Amino acid sequence: EPLMRNILMTEARLYEYIYIYQTKHLGFEWGPGDLLVYETNYKLQGPRSASSPSVHVVRRDEDICSPILRKLFNESHLIFVGLQKIKEDVPSKNKKSQFVSISKNYRSVIRACMEELQQNVSILLAIELIWNLCEVLFIDAAPAGSLLLHLLDWVRLHKSDVDTRAREVLQSDSPAQHQSYWDVVISLVLQGRTDEARQVLSKQASLRAESSSVFKRMDVLLQNMPIFNPAGTQTLTEFDVKWRHWHEECDRCLQDNTFASNRHLETICKILVGDEDTLLEQRELLSTWYHFLVTRLLFTHPTIKPPDLHYYAQSSMNMFLGPRASPEPLDIILLSAFEFDLHQVIKDCSIALNNWWFVAHLTDLLDHCKLLQSHNLQCVSHIRSSYLSYMHVCVSLWQLAVDYFDHCPEFGRVYLELQIERVPLDTERKAIKVLRICEDRQMSEQVRSICKIMAKRALRNNRLGSALSWSIRAKDAAFATLISERFLQDYSNKGFFTDLDLLDNLGPAMLLSDRLTFLGKYREFHRLYGEKRFSEAARLLLSLMTAKIAPRSLWMTLLTDALPLLEQKEVKTANSLSCFSSVFQDEDIESTKTELLRLALARNLAMAIVKEGTIET
Amino acid sequence: MDPTAKYISQKISRTRWRPVPAGLLQQPEVFAAGSWDNESNRVSIWSLGDDDSDTDGEFDEEPRLLCDSEHDGDVTDLQFLDGDRLVSASSSGAVAILKLQPDCQALSLAHVWERAHRYSCDNAPCTAVVCRSPELVSVGEDGRVILYKADQTEVVRVIENADSSTIHAVTFLRTTEVLTVNSIGQLKMWDFRQQSDSPAQILSLTGDRVPLHCVDKHPNQQHIVATGGQDGMLCIWDVRQGNTPFSLIEAHSAEMWEVHFHPSNPNHLFTCSEDGSLLHWETTSGSDMSTLLQRGWNSRVVSHSGVPLAGEDDSVVSSWLAGDSSKNRLEATHMLPSQTLSVNSLDVLEQCLVCGTDGEAVYVHRQLPNFSI
Repeated sequence: EPLMRNILMTEARLYEYIYIYQTKHLGFEWGPGDLLVYETNYKLQGPRSASSPSVHVVRRDEDICSPILRKLFNESHLIFVGLQKIKEDVPSKNKKSQFVSISKNYRSVIRACMEELQQNVSILLAIELIWNLCEVLFIDAAPAGSLLLHLLDWVRLHKSDVDTRAREVLQSDSPAQHQSYWDVVISLVLQGRTDEARQVLSKQASLRAESSSVFKRMDVLLQNMPIFNPAGTQTLTEFDVKWRHWHEECDRCLQDNTFASNRHLETICKILVGDEDTLLEQRELLSTWYHFLVTRLLFTHPTIKPPDLHYYAQSSMNMFLGPRASPEPLDIILLSAFEFDLHQVIKDCSIALNNWWFVAHLTDLLDHCKLLQSHNLQCVSHIRSSYLSYMHVCVSLWQLAVDYFDHCPEFGRVYLELQIERVPLDTERKAIKVLRICEDRQMSEQVRSICKIMAKRALRNNRLGSALSWSIRAKDAAFATLISERFLQDYSNKGFFTDLDLLDNLGPAMLLSDRLTFLGKYREFHRLYGEKRFSEAARLLLSLMTAKIAPRSLWMTLLTDALPLLEQKEVKTANSLSCFSSVFQDEDIESTKTELLRLALARNLAMAIVKEGTIET
Repeated sequence: MDPTAKYISQKISRTRWRPVPAGLLQQPEVFAAGSWDNESNRVSIWSLGDDDSDTDGEFDEEPRLLCDSEHDGDVTDLQFLDGDRLVSASSSGAVAILKLQPDCQALSLAHVWERAHRYSCDNAPCTAVVCRSPELVSVGEDGRVILYKADQTEVVRVIENADSSTIHAVTFLRTTEVLTVNSIGQLKMWDFRQQSDSPAQILSLTGDRVPLHCVDKHPNQQHIVATGGQDGMLCIWDVRQGNTPFSLIEAHSAEMWEVHFHPSNPNHLFTCSEDGSLLHWETTSGSDMSTLLQRGWNSRVVSHSGVPLAGEDDSVVSSWLAGDSSKNRLEATHMLPSQTLSVNSLDVLEQCLVCGTDGEAVYVHRQLPNFSI
């Protein structure tokens, strides 16, 4: 977007100048849609002083976060997603009507936006005009006959002041005397709205009885003008014959000077005949060269075929604008459309209109219609990325962007991966939404990293249950181990377990990591002990030690826990001996404790021997 | 009949009908919407327009904005306390009471409990709030359960460390009892009459500890509760009986954000989800929801409309039709015409349904189809 850069460059230079004057110097860095500006330590003159540590964000004037634009983005997003879902195997005839309907949906969104904006609508008007023409020529691809009818609709839609004026005239006390009366009649004729023209004309005819025959003649001419009916049985050739017949009739009226008595009617007759000079005289009523083009075609060549359009377009533009006028960008775009040069249309729209929304969505639709050739696909990709960076400025729209990334050929996935990690995770709910997006697309690395961020944050705030919940979601065994260690550390420090509601209800999550399993089981041991189910407790402790999932740091604690158990009568020690002895061999343990343990073991063994001996005898 | 859509240029976290005066059998006309993830969030009040506009029953009018007010932080929950007062929960940890002026001309802050939910050196979002005038209960990511009275500036009671994980939703069971759900898949019952800070009861699914996001109580039977969670499963529980839910229904393909029994016709249940759908569940036979659910139910989603929706599997519909010919059926209908971005919230009152999405649109059904009171 060279235009934007120039503007901002100027702004920055301006600041630079101001600041230089005040002996400060600015640096800046380009962002995706904005500019970061900061003060440097560099001084042109004078003593150095500390620069402010803040970074300023300079944005374009046009507020992308404005409510109306956001509506546009959101509504069109829904249409975009619906378009992507149209299945490939649907027969092309049905698809065409679907595409046309989607095109109309997009356009109605644009019009709704225009209605709300009320001012600064010129860009949107241009966009809708171009889109509508593309729909007629490319998406609907009307053949000869229908083509002109569609073009007439197109012109009528974009020249709605005729209706307001007509209403004004008809609602006045004496319409025929109204100053705009003839303008209205001629405008209606120029747009091919013969029935309405007749209706307005009838107001005149009723007043002057003596000239009524002339008006009746005009009425008949207008009534007889053939209009092609695409749904009817008449072929194009038959229509052409009929039309030529009528055309000759109009010409005869001119030759016979039928309307010589009324110059307005004479003008209308000349228009009906398609006299170019007369048409050009109506420059003010036509107001645009493309209106002139369509009117000209209506009255000289209503069976125009699409490939022949460009010749008439070029000549119409030249005739209307005159030799000295230079065409506007909009005119060039429309001309390219009439020439069926889609590539040029897109290129010119991208440059001239500075509206990525329009170009991105239109090219996507055209792509679905298979109207873009392969060398245009890179273009599509580039356009879509530009749209995305444009949208990026409004931070809230990150969810919309995802669907666009999904349908970005080549780099969509990569961009999404980079983008999704930069969404700020202010609340758990937001993190959950981001995670869902990642999980749906098998972005496992991002899932892990987001869960880790949330788990760490939870841990920092001492929310061990939350931290565990995040680890479970990411299936992050390492972090689960970390959390378990934290629990065990707390236990060592405080002498009791915290967050029992979690520990007592770990469920299958316990299996996520060895340390976590140990933690759950260890807590269970404490519970069993508290409920005086000593043999079960002992068995559990034993299994914990034999399974070797207990952390080394806790072995001493475990053995100390085992001490009172060994005194209990119910506990058998055969296995415990072998286990404990292996522990003693490996470990460097405090000697007093070792002594106590040996003593307790010996006593337990003695008891067992005695007991067994007693039973046997 | 399709719902009316209105794009309001802010992502919607909550929509709530303003309560209608009891006994008048009026349809609700005013609703509140809260936004989230905006640079500046708002609570806004909308009106549906006159009820007696058209005689043919066609309500084409879009909702129009009556008033709004700035809100500090995301609006994480909204509840009407009564006809003029609204309680909002914020991601900044604050709980606020907003007062709606008569004729809905303005919305002002009546009282706020700043940092009701917090960590030792940071803010903790308040995740949900529930009211039973004059009492309010809020829960948050800090695992606290807090009881307030609407006209008292100090909080009535705080249960510290009620939960080691985030509490996502809360509902009143009885006047002094609330039920909370958390992110390790547990339902906890709290009795405020008890002095101790531990729950009266804990329930959870025996399987994976799937986070639960929403809970709602059956309007007539206080022991029946519906929950929804991260996996989109709708669970119906009887809190008197044991540790397993009565019914597990695969409702959605992503997080379920809200579940609501219809307040006056509890044979109808509504759920909305991150997967962009809003479902209306109803029993088709004479038996009411509770009997049906007590028999234990397992069903998949069926769409009522003739046109298959985008993304819907044809085989699902046919297996439902082929397999089940019983008289008692639980059917679900999609209430939104096409898949939108996440539907974050819904509310239903009398014959009207309102919901809000991340696509910045509010959808209103003024006459729920197939619905009779």
